[in-house]
Amino acid sequence: MSTESIAWPSTAAGSRSFVETLHEWVTTVDHKRLGILYIIYALVFLVIGGIEATVIRIQLIRPHNDFVSPQVFNRLFTMHGTTMIFFVVMPVLFGFANYLIPLMIGARDMAFPRLNAFSFWMTAFGGLFLYFSVVGANGLYGAGNAPDVGWFAYAPLTSQTFSLGHSTDFWTLALLVSGFGSIGTAINIVATVLCMRCPGMTLAKMPLFAWLNLVMAGLVILAVSPLTAAQIMLLVDRYLGGHFFDTQAGGSAVIWMHFFWIFGHPEVYVLVLPAFAFASEIIPVFSRKPIFGYPVMVGATVAIGFISMSVWAHHMFTVGMGAAANTFFVISTMAIAVPTGIKIFNWLATMWGGKIEFKTPMLFCIAFLFQFLIAGLTGVMLGAAPFDWQLGNSYFVVAHFHYVIVGGIMFTLFGAFYYWFPKMSGKMYSETLGKLHFWLFVIGFHLTFDFMHIPGILGMPRRIYTYEPGRGWDTWNLIVTIGVFFQAAGILVFLGNLIWSYFRGELADNDPWDAWTLEWSAHSPPPAYNFALIPTVKSRRPLWDLKHPDDPDWKYE
Amino acid sequence: MSTTTIPPVTAELEWNLPSRGQVAMYSLITAEAAIFTIFVVAYLFYMGKSLSGPMPSEVLTPPILYAVCLLSSSLTIHFAGKNLRDGNVRRFGAWWLLTIALGAIFLYGTASEWHRLIYKDGLTITTNLFGTTYYSLVGLHGFHVVMGLLGLTTVMVFTIFGMVQREHAERIDVLSLYWHFVDAVWVVVFTVVYVIGR
Repeated sequence: MSTESIAWPSTAAGSRSFVETLHEWVTTVDHKRLGILYIIYALVFLVIGGIEATVIRIQLIRPHNDFVSPQVFNRLFTMHGTTMIFFVVMPVLFGFANYLIPLMIGARDMAFPRLNAFSFWMTAFGGLFLYFSVVGANGLYGAGNAPDVGWFAYAPLTSQTFSLGHSTDFWTLALLVSGFGSIGTAINIVATVLCMRCPGMTLAKMPLFAWLNLVMAGLVILAVSPLTAAQIMLLVDRYLGGHFFDTQAGGSAVIWMHFFWIFGHPEVYVLVLPAFAFASEIIPVFSRKPIFGYPVMVGATVAIGFISMSVWAHHMFTVGMGAAANTFFVISTMAIAVPTGIKIFNWLATMWGGKIEFKTPMLFCIAFLFQFLIAGLTGVMLGAAPFDWQLGNSYFVVAHFHYVIVGGIMFTLFGAFYYWFPKMSGKMYSETLGKLHFWLFVIGFHLTFDFMHIPGILGMPRRIYTYEPGRGWDTWNLIVTIGVFFQAAGILVFLGNLIWSYFRGELADNDPWDAWTLEWSAHSPPPAYNFALIPTVKSRRPLWDLKHPDDPDWKYE
Repeated sequence: MSTTTIPPVTAELEWNLPSRGQVAMYSLITAEAAIFTIFVVAYLFYMGKSLSGPMPSEVLTPPILYAVCLLSSSLTIHFAGKNLRDGNVRRFGAWWLLTIALGAIFLYGTASEWHRLIYKDGLTITTNLFGTTYYSLVGLHGFHVVMGLLGLTTVMVFTIFGMVQREHAERIDVLSLYWHFVDAVWVVVFTVVYVIGR
């Protein structure tokens, strides 16, 4: 057997000054460091976006509240949505993909390390640019000028007439710049997965994580580009006096909706496929069984990728597109529930008869299964055009998509944080704090988002600044806001756990979960070169083969 | 610390993976194609919806000669790559230079057309929907030609200083792919703007 590691010229470890360390991190092209930069960057924005959500909910805690002004409220929901989608979930998922894909496929780095660094800094500057609008475009609180056009920025709100000053320009340019970063990362992921696999790792033997991220990257390429195009058109309108979305000159506001949602709906799958990827790695390991139905999982993923490109206009049923278009988008929306349902059954079948270990990552994944199912069911309800006419643009919709993004994506994401924390930091997290985080967050999540459906059904529209008493919304809004504080407490425990464990945690093994994919064969944390020798694999679970030479997987696959 | 050993490379394994340069370029082209698709859709959607003149039929004439120049540059870049693979660097340089020249002629064609439209026909990006969509779509393509020419010129400079050799043929091919894409997009833009849209 080979040696574990090769001697690495140590550059006087421990005696580096802060500036030298900073310089190393800023100029790094190492996929692991860039991954961690993405993740830390996203965590910072998670706190910012979370504070914005909390302020929104405090404003809505009772009728006729005036905790913030209506102008600030508009800015808050715009910034909350934009931040969470573009500067929290996407970067954090790219961070995990960056960190894990080369390790999982037995490569020493991504296909294009410098492009990788470029993409990260583009995304990072995009986020900073968006928030620079608060000080950069006309002053601070109250007089401030953060974007206030909503996260999908419908025309004609974004035209010069209705959006004076530069707040919308900050929004457009921030998304344009970070979009270039996203496309760069996506190209990198595709090239890495297709061209950097270690010997023996055919496409059919890749970990599902790599497969799902490959499809995710393909979707980014196909979906973020239309957004880029639409943003260029908006800039042409705003700066050069074009008429793309200018109804006065014959332009169309509806075409902006189409262009935005051609991006916007596949984007949901860009976010959820990596969440599926986490679940597909964590659930088998803690059920002590290989994933059930690997080829079907891959097929379902690719099917989701294709179908997700043809469902965008279910966001626009209330526009009045006509019977033919409505019917098409209802059917395609219903169709996408099929491959998604297949996945849920596969995860359940993986757990079925397994020896389940209820560690924190597994708890989050189990909660994900239930919550994502409910999110999918309300999705099917809203996917039916007549139902959507009734509840479109109400709090029911807000509850639905937060069920997807928080209940589905955030939960697996937390699972992923705990699962890979030992690998990334070399330390074990605190299981007690992890479980506390889980229970606080589950309680908070359900208080907030279960009860948010009800004012929606009772007719409460989204994005309203305040509401009249006596419409039956008061109690529900109070409960929803109380849930937020449980979630906030959960997040604080989570961040505290990460920081405390990083400095004080026990040292972690290379393979604390007795797992099966290649990243667990590297040191914790892995050295810059990842693997002293490039591994060769013969099955989907190379470490199982190694640990059980008498009964290896490749005999059966 | 318990360790798990990594299996060494034992058996000689037949292991071929696609070139990462080619894969990345095809991915980039896919992304670019998606951007162009949106602009083409906008052009088609707004065809004939301008509220005031000038209209395309009054001011546009198909720039057939310049289109021929751009499309034939795909051929010349192909010959350039072929010569480099054969190790004939001088001929490669000559074909490469011809490609740049053809691209530049095309850009001159766009520039003179725009000059005429702006100063003679009074069509700017703010005039009407036709102006907005026309300058955006043709301008987006022109921007890609400029980017392609910058890449090609960089290679030309390296060639003059003798730094491009046969072993670089694969990289040159990746750049050629991009140039072919720029040419192919022109076929679409030409059809949409000068054939269907007129």
